[in-house]
Amino acid sequence: MPSVPVYRGRFGAPEAERLLWRAGFGPRKGEARKLAALGLDGAVNLLTRPPRERLTGPKPRDSKGRGLAPADAWGHDHLWWLDRMVRTNRPLAERMTLVWHDWFATSNTGVGSQGLMLHQNRMFRRHAFGNFRNLLHAVTADPAMLLWLSGVYNTKDSPNENYARELMELFTLGEGNGYTERDVREHARALTGFRSEWKRGKGHVNFRFDASRHDAGTKTIFKKRGRYGWRASCDLCLRHPLHARFFVEKLWSYFVPTPPSASTRAGLEAIYKKGFQVRPVLEAILKHPALYTGPRMVKPPVVFTAGLLRALDRGIDTNAWVWLGEGAGQRLFYPPSVAGWDDERWLDTATYRARWAIANEALSHVTVARSKKGKAPKVPREAAKLVESAYRTLGNPSVRPQSRRAIAGFAKRALSDARSDWQKEEYPLLVLNATRQLIALSPDYQAA
Amino acid sequence: MGCCDEHNRSEALRRAIAQAGNGLPAIEPGMPAPAGTGLDRRAFLSRSLGLALAVYGGSAFVPRALEEGIESAMAAAGNGRVLVSVFLDGGADSLSMLFPAEDARYRKLRPRLALSPTPESTQFTEDPRLWWHPTLAPLAALHAEGKLTVLPGIGYTDANQSHFTSRHYWEVGATDHSLATGWLGRYLDRYGRNDNPLQGLSLDWSLQPALATKLKPVASVDGPDRFDFWTRGVWGSVENRMLAAMGGLGRLRSRGDAGLEQATRAARQSHLLYRQLAPFRGRQNGSGFGSPVAYPPGDSSFPRRLAGLAAMLAAGLPLRCVALTAPGAYDTHDNQPRALEEGLQLTAASLFAFQRDLEARGLADRVLTLVWSEFGRRPEENGSSGTDHGAAGMAFVLGTRASGRMVGELPDLSRLDRHGNLRPTSDFRSLYRTLIEGWLGGDAGAVLPKAKSFRTIPVLR
Repeated sequence: MPSVPVYRGRFGAPEAERLLWRAGFGPRKGEARKLAALGLDGAVNLLTRPPRERLTGPKPRDSKGRGLAPADAWGHDHLWWLDRMVRTNRPLAERMTLVWHDWFATSNTGVGSQGLMLHQNRMFRRHAFGNFRNLLHAVTADPAMLLWLSGVYNTKDSPNENYARELMELFTLGEGNGYTERDVREHARALTGFRSEWKRGKGHVNFRFDASRHDAGTKTIFKKRGRYGWRASCDLCLRHPLHARFFVEKLWSYFVPTPPSASTRAGLEAIYKKGFQVRPVLEAILKHPALYTGPRMVKPPVVFTAGLLRALDRGIDTNAWVWLGEGAGQRLFYPPSVAGWDDERWLDTATYRARWAIANEALSHVTVARSKKGKAPKVPREAAKLVESAYRTLGNPSVRPQSRRAIAGFAKRALSDARSDWQKEEYPLLVLNATRQLIALSPDYQAA
Repeated sequence: MGCCDEHNRSEALRRAIAQAGNGLPAIEPGMPAPAGTGLDRRAFLSRSLGLALAVYGGSAFVPRALEEGIESAMAAAGNGRVLVSVFLDGGADSLSMLFPAEDARYRKLRPRLALSPTPESTQFTEDPRLWWHPTLAPLAALHAEGKLTVLPGIGYTDANQSHFTSRHYWEVGATDHSLATGWLGRYLDRYGRNDNPLQGLSLDWSLQPALATKLKPVASVDGPDRFDFWTRGVWGSVENRMLAAMGGLGRLRSRGDAGLEQATRAARQSHLLYRQLAPFRGRQNGSGFGSPVAYPPGDSSFPRRLAGLAAMLAAGLPLRCVALTAPGAYDTHDNQPRALEEGLQLTAASLFAFQRDLEARGLADRVLTLVWSEFGRRPEENGSSGTDHGAAGMAFVLGTRASGRMVGELPDLSRLDRHGNLRPTSDFRSLYRTLIEGWLGGDAGAVLPKAKSFRTIPVLR
């Protein structure tokens, strides 16, 4: 059986830091060093087999200081999930929930109910490390998905192909990969029968399978004939000879930016085929050398945001994260389409500027400035110490030497512009704020 | 494009100063003195306004930037022509925009939605069977002036009826799933410059896919006066140094690491764009620019973005291809009359103001605006006061250099395709080829797949 290579190089704080960004939301202060002490196996184990959930830190609040109403208040859905990303002790479970949210991308623009979106989100979280077959079944019968991809309108008298097409194209096989338009139509027939009722003031309720709406006739799917129902439709996709490859390549792409080699892929497929278990495939990916020695990945906007808040030890206390997330290209529960977010194109001039605003907001609690009475906080006067202090604020992230030189050069030049006495008093404060901002927006911090 | 001899340079300066009437930035404390230029600050700024110069880069930097800015702006502007792409998102109903009032088939297909002319309605002069949607009176006026080309049946054979896919086809300029660059992006990759993000400008919160390039920089801004990098507790010379350092981080090598390169490029391009848009920031009240005409009021971003675009062009910024989305929800599966009216009203009024703005500023001969949608809607209405996804739809080309004629007729309602949709009477790739060869300038074959198999069409004067 082909085996998957395991990383054997040094596993120090920088490697642990990268692992925490890829498989979570970055380190809290000192967390990378602690994780590194466990060694690669211990570290991956802690992520994929985490302890019981504990949310630590201040409870989330909106801008008016009120608790969150994630099912009802505008934007509170985003804040609610972002809070979990910040405070969780199971970062990979939250990250996998985000992976499933992107894989089975459902947008509240088509669902129209934050409550149903949260219901789906909890389902994704339950299946974070579980069995992909169980997950696919749960997704297929999930109320938000039934609304989003027209499942409740798919009846034996008027079949709707929406879910059938995406089931193969986006969820299990890949576009045009081993299926025909006829398969789409026949899957749609197999998937008929779900329904709900619409109640004034409540929206869609009472989602269920109604046998009288189901097409119980014989279907021909992937050249096999049978009286398939919705579970069989899912299972036919999972047993399709091209599914395992699609699955491992897609899961891999969330953690490593370059495609796996043929032998690694075959090894991962072999692990997956033993019973559609996600965790062992995930563990093999997280221990693979490509994760530690290969190129960097741009952090998705919510990962960047949650990571900054973790490093700064700041909880959710403002609604700004909702529109800032939107501006940076990632509003949770509102992916741009059923294909999810485009991980190749997170950054352009507008979204870079939005990330600038995100860092500016995240750092606002530690901004140094004179008090109303004119008293200046104590900060180092000399450039090197000032810069060191700025790195410390952000938990000493790994930054390449050339970027460090550019940032240090800035601090030195900016301080040397100070001529008058008041400038010599004032500029160190400005430079400290600016240096923190530059570190957070450096290419090194944007991609891990 | 080696155009920067001494004559052209002084000509550029003269022109820039002449056009710099609107949007002169306030002079801020802490702005670096224009050392060595021999100009006072306001004169310097008025020049930089026209020439897209850095004024925040640090004083030692300025004289060289002055030179670079002139060359860059002139070379990047090429023939000085600009193409603006306006997208009607959702598949706009062409049979409401120009409706065949007397056609019995129209009334049969649209028992509830068929429109009827009123005493105020405008007939379409080129085909008296057709009438303009009441909200499109501004476009009818522009058509009467010979400034609006109408393509009432544009599309492609066997139209894909997914929004996602059909829009993608229009954006990449081919019926190809896998193309990752936009048709305007590929034009810029071939004919654009390495140092001018403004050549491909997306007036949006993120990049419009039609502008996606592989090699050359492009930019995305909500509005020219909104591209700032405000930072708490940082101002004056420290702020200028910080933003220069952002550009410095954007110039570091990333050694073939794609993730690092994406992040580095974003910093570099943001810094370049920040410098280019310097003249538009810093106004105390309202927007950072003025307009010679009134745009539709309200809080919609569309008229504001068009007004900003005209001001950027007036300031001489080196724009080539611009893309933005029109207001309105055009995926009218239900409640079509009202939804359509809202979107078209604001879109048409804003485009009209934009055209008048360009004319007032003497820029009208340099700008052409393309209005398009991913498909039209099905002629037969559905059961919920709406229409479903169709095939052929509507496009307009607006500008003094548009032919002002109808290109391709309204598709025949008695010859619908097998899905009951309109058959196209013009092809979007023909339109693109014509715009590349006849407007932007360049070899369409180097930009569009199989360009030569699509004939050019008379959309230009």
